[in-house]
Amino acid sequence: MATADDLKFQEFDDAANLLAANPDATTISIDEPAEIPKNKHGRLQQSGREEDDELLGTDDSDKTELLAGQKKSAPFWTFEYYQTFFDVDTYQVLDRIKGSVFPVPGRNFVRLYIRSNPDLYGPFWICATLVFAIAVSGNLSNFFIHLGKPTYHYVPEFRKVSIAATTIYAYAWLVPLALWGFLMWRNSKVMNIVSYSFLEIVCVYGYSLFIYIPTAILWIIPQKAVRWVLVMFSLCLSGSVLVMTFWPAVRDDNRRIALATIGTIVLLHALLAVGCLAYFFDAPELDFPAPNIPPHNGTTGITKIQ
Amino acid sequence: MRDLKAVGKKFVHVMYPKKSSALLRDWDLWGPLVLCVSLALMLQGGSADSKDDGGPQFAEVFVIIWFGAVVITLNSKLLGGTISFFQSLCVLGYCVLPLTVAMLVCRLVLLAGSGTVSFVVRLVVVIAMFGWSTLASTAFLADSQPPNRKALVVYPIFLFYFVISWMILTFTPQ
Repeated sequence: MATADDLKFQEFDDAANLLAANPDATTISIDEPAEIPKNKHGRLQQSGREEDDELLGTDDSDKTELLAGQKKSAPFWTFEYYQTFFDVDTYQVLDRIKGSVFPVPGRNFVRLYIRSNPDLYGPFWICATLVFAIAVSGNLSNFFIHLGKPTYHYVPEFRKVSIAATTIYAYAWLVPLALWGFLMWRNSKVMNIVSYSFLEIVCVYGYSLFIYIPTAILWIIPQKAVRWVLVMFSLCLSGSVLVMTFWPAVRDDNRRIALATIGTIVLLHALLAVGCLAYFFDAPELDFPAPNIPPHNGTTGITKIQ
Repeated sequence: MRDLKAVGKKFVHVMYPKKSSALLRDWDLWGPLVLCVSLALMLQGGSADSKDDGGPQFAEVFVIIWFGAVVITLNSKLLGGTISFFQSLCVLGYCVLPLTVAMLVCRLVLLAGSGTVSFVVRLVVVIAMFGWSTLASTAFLADSQPPNRKALVVYPIFLFYFVISWMILTFTPQ
């Protein structure tokens, strides 16, 4: 009995030492989820004092690299490898969503919330929800806008779902791929740049799209001014999350390249919002018929104002 | 005959979801197939101005239901669920039954007329059946998930049945 206990304790110790020496060894990390909340609290206390380092992430980049090596240690053809990308609890997903909707100025989304545990759950299901939110809201809004017209016949417009899905998933995966490639290329030329892994960039983009879901639902309101205010508001919020994440990664670079990168990120984000608004939602005062329709419709008010 | 009885028993289980594991133990995919085909058939004949504007085609309904069920099953397994792949497919497929009943009711109501009253009736029926489907499948699937990730697993199921309900509600005949 005593020998068995000694062996067990020995193995644990050896595993920790071996891991420090060789981060790529295949291990089973049973207590990983418990560690992560502790790290989160520890870092929150740190970041109150040193916000600049928090942004740069220089103080914990070593730790995050080691943790990253510990987590993705299963070979890529096993199911366990992909399970490491879904190693999040409900409260973590909700925290990340909250962090993307209420960006704190000066806080880096990746360092604060992702902390070397990027997940694919959030980006995938936020994109899926966004696809259906846009398609359903667009259909509903067109229905309400054209409601009073005698020649209007309602159609479900189901094709638009596949178009929305292609657009949004392409944006959420191809743009991070391009950005990651670009940052890797710049990283090879200029030293001291904070670098993000591909999954972390996908994570940031995925969670930053969350604000568009309530925006898409509110776009049902058939007022042009309201829709554009919503576009601006959501663009500011999610754009600021992206800018605050990627500014530390490019600010050590050539000034113009840094500004061009940030500008492109924001521009693509804006294009997505405006493009979805233009394609899926008909303009409210499009070919409004002559005013001999009984004024019980909400859209009548628009022509009166304008 | 025995298979038919098993399928029938599972239908009854879905309509009255007590916490039983009979559905989970002896999975079969006959029921989901029958439900999927009948739902896709009933969604045919919707109105369309052009080919691009109409409701979902037969193949689209099929793909959405099966692909959606596979994605949800993968999602719950990746999050650490202990249910097997085909058991989860079986449960998700069988819980489409209330929505198929809703589609039947909608088609009958639309035969009577397609005004506001008929829309309100259809809305109420679809919402009720959507809630029933979601609750039934959650009752069967929730136990196999780790406790702090239950909401992460239930939400995609909610989205899945919401999309099917939307297809049913927006069906307008020629």
